[in-house]
Amino acid sequence: MKQIRNFCIIAHIDHGKSTLADRLLEHTKTIGERDMMNQVLDDMDLEREKGITIKSHAIQMQYLHNGTTYIFNLIDTPGHVDFSYEVSRALAACEGALLLVDATQGIQAQTISNLYLAIDNDLEIIPIINKIDMDGAKIPEVQDQIIDLIGCKEDEILLASGKTGIGIEAILEAIVKRIPAPTGNTEAPLQALMFDSVFNSFRGIIAYFRVFNGTLKKGDKIKFVATGEEYFADEVGVLKLGMQPVNEISAGNVGYIITGIKNAKEVKVGDTITLASNPGEMIKGFEEVKPMVFAGIFPVVTEDFEELRDSMDKLQLNDASLTYELETSQALGFGFRCGFLGLLHMEIIQERLEREFNQTVITTVPNVSFHAYTTRGEKIIVNNPAQMPELTKLDRIEEPYIRAQIISLPEYIGNIMTLCLGKRGILLNQSYLTTTRVELIFEMPLTEIVFDFYDKLKSQTRGYASFDYTPIDYRESDIVKMDILLNSEKVDALSALIHRSRAQDFGRKLCEKLKELLPRQQFQIAIQAAIGAKVIARENISAMRKDVTAKCYGGDISRKRKLLEKQKEGKKRMRQIGNVEVPQEAFLAVLKLD
Amino acid sequence: MAGIYLHIPFCKKACHYCNFHFSASTRYINEMAQAIGTEAALRRRYLDEPVATIYFGGGTPSLLSVTSLQMLLQKLRDNFTITNDAEITLEANPDDINVERLHSWKMLGINRLSIGIQSFNDADLSWMNRAHNAYQALQSIVLAQRAGFSNITIDLIYGTPTLTNEQWRRNVQQAIDLNIPHLSCYALTVEPNTALHKMIENKKMPDVDEEKQSQHFELLVRWLKDAGYEHYEISNFAKPGCESRHNSSYWQGKPYLGLGPSAHSFNGTSRQWNVANNALYMQSISRSTVPFEIEHLTPMQQLNEYIMTSLRTRQGISLNHVSAQWSEVDSMALIKGAKRYIMQGNVVFVNNHLQLTRSGKLLADGIAAGLFR
Repeated sequence: MKQIRNFCIIAHIDHGKSTLADRLLEHTKTIGERDMMNQVLDDMDLEREKGITIKSHAIQMQYLHNGTTYIFNLIDTPGHVDFSYEVSRALAACEGALLLVDATQGIQAQTISNLYLAIDNDLEIIPIINKIDMDGAKIPEVQDQIIDLIGCKEDEILLASGKTGIGIEAILEAIVKRIPAPTGNTEAPLQALMFDSVFNSFRGIIAYFRVFNGTLKKGDKIKFVATGEEYFADEVGVLKLGMQPVNEISAGNVGYIITGIKNAKEVKVGDTITLASNPGEMIKGFEEVKPMVFAGIFPVVTEDFEELRDSMDKLQLNDASLTYELETSQALGFGFRCGFLGLLHMEIIQERLEREFNQTVITTVPNVSFHAYTTRGEKIIVNNPAQMPELTKLDRIEEPYIRAQIISLPEYIGNIMTLCLGKRGILLNQSYLTTTRVELIFEMPLTEIVFDFYDKLKSQTRGYASFDYTPIDYRESDIVKMDILLNSEKVDALSALIHRSRAQDFGRKLCEKLKELLPRQQFQIAIQAAIGAKVIARENISAMRKDVTAKCYGGDISRKRKLLEKQKEGKKRMRQIGNVEVPQEAFLAVLKLD
Repeated sequence: MAGIYLHIPFCKKACHYCNFHFSASTRYINEMAQAIGTEAALRRRYLDEPVATIYFGGGTPSLLSVTSLQMLLQKLRDNFTITNDAEITLEANPDDINVERLHSWKMLGINRLSIGIQSFNDADLSWMNRAHNAYQALQSIVLAQRAGFSNITIDLIYGTPTLTNEQWRRNVQQAIDLNIPHLSCYALTVEPNTALHKMIENKKMPDVDEEKQSQHFELLVRWLKDAGYEHYEISNFAKPGCESRHNSSYWQGKPYLGLGPSAHSFNGTSRQWNVANNALYMQSISRSTVPFEIEHLTPMQQLNEYIMTSLRTRQGISLNHVSAQWSEVDSMALIKGAKRYIMQGNVVFVNNHLQLTRSGKLLADGIAAGLFR
């Protein structure tokens, strides 16, 4: 146990985490240069493209130092706000963390919130400034930022370049010297923290865990404490470049277990693995992951529903944080009301459906989970505009609030304030982390983040702002259901739950956008936004007056037939609302309002 | 009965709206005529039926010398069976028409003239970049009639920015007064890769005004109906018995042979088109090879073409014909598909035919697409 070091890397997107991980693997000869695919840890296409880690992984290295072989377990953490619970569990499995900061960028909000999480978990922090070889590296400034933040000494900060390999040896040495070895009792009842799982289509669920006490052996009958389910440990092992089965994993070490579980829902991140015969206690910190953002997902062509259902089932096998239930929409037919951890998670699911399952889908207006109280005192959880009780039966509505942390440059304070206050934010605190880094803390309604917040923040700060949030509580609020009507027919898929002060502006923009996107038809179309019976915005599309080609002779027939056949195909993909044909882009428009 | 189309790809100057294939240099016009004559011989077996219509189009076929025209007609007679009463049309521009030529054309057996008038208004003609003026327009018709051409059709264009409702009325009235038995009236259309398209894109010219075009169309239909013309196709009007036999055959799905660069041919199940490049065409013909691309039409595509073209005509879609040529199922599907258009008042169901109403004629494309199988 004395030779084991469990650690993770805390870094902002693009600060070079994956490249640094690759260098560590190379220097410890865990992988040869020939096997080297850049950024080994991010193994989903999507992750590589977005440059972020969606699912965390773990990898074991052996490092020979002064005649002793050390075992390093590098636990990778997801790098986005939506996945902060998963990050916290990964951190809980470590004794130390490499704090990686880009020399050209300085510390970002995401890094800070994860750093605080690491400090909360009593992790030993090894600060590293990366990309020191780049033009624009501001080493002294970033050093000051780090010292301000964690109160270390200047000489404790390592300088490195993942790209060229500068400083890698020093990092490996620091891991040995500064990160404490794990403690624990191999003879005590088994307590292993499950910090992640992945789905393998041949083997089922592969769960990653860290043993705190006791020993997990192949063939043991194990039990998940939170779910109470029992399984046999068909295989246990450690993760090198691939999976390497072993007979047992003892306190202090990290490994994987395969039990034949096929569904990710049965393995909950943060759960404790113990032995059915001699159970240990639950490791503290477990939470059920709760979806924060909800939206409908529908097949573009109604007939593809069954295929979509299959794909959703498969997708959930390896992403337990995705929840969904059947939903029917008059406009879109059968589909699913899905719960996501956040907007990015929603985008990822949508893209994975397209790439991995070849499903093109329509996603409806996302909303957060509201609490509606009826006049009879019932509490209704509203995850879908259709679930909103009638106005006459409604007593009050509460909406979820978050604590938002934004870090940026001082010159953008004004813009950020304008943006956040405009989004019903309340400024709690403003502080300078360093002379060039300011941190703003707001309380804000989560629903305001769901609509165009990230993009606006980015444009208002020219990209020099980072953002992180944690949910805090529910507060009473004037939330209304806004409907869109086409020739007086309600389009349920375009309904939105929105704060009253936002409704008019949102309704107007949506009507304008729909006017752009709906093709003219042979009659006039009235587009209205309404709250209850009250119309708050309106646009008209005049009837198409003329749709006929002048000439149709021998040389024109082929071209024209092809054109009309294409038109016909396009029409097939449209949805009929009353007498109005609505193209699928119209349903996506709401997500793309300025 | 079949038709032959000859494409003469030369013009004196380019009209702003035109996207047909032509060259503005007439240097090789005689060589081109020779090549087209050669193609006629090479493709003598394309048609299985006697030829009832011949159509010289373009471009500007009136630029052809009388010798070339004579040679081409002789080539057709040598290689195809041509009926005695064949309709032989020549497209002619007003600026090419004179007494001498008219007599020669008459002698060669040309019995129908399609004159590219476009407008009787100078402002309009110069806006279009036409080679003739209003006086020449009027003069050419009078001369042709004096030379004994009674079967005359003229082209008129409406919906141009320079044309008011009143001027449009005068244009149409002029044609009626001249007792011209056939009119092709086209809404100005902005085709890609034309000068007009570029000018609109660069905001040097306003885009076509759909409302104005629709008004011009509705007025036109009313005026010509009052003057005794039959509206027998979206853009074509004729005194009884004076319909274009050649163009009608396109809409009836009859076979046709197209000769010359860019010309399309159709034999009932496949369509092919020659290369749209004068030099490549002549080179290839000189090696006794016709340079073409071909598409084979599935029965469904054939049905869609029938729906698209017949819907534009006075008779409309004949469900008996659809049942006989395709199937009862297709025929039933058409009735079902037409229901919404009938409810809207854009289509009527008469004598087992689906026909466009007056309002439906302005929406023919969308309706055809909606009826496609």
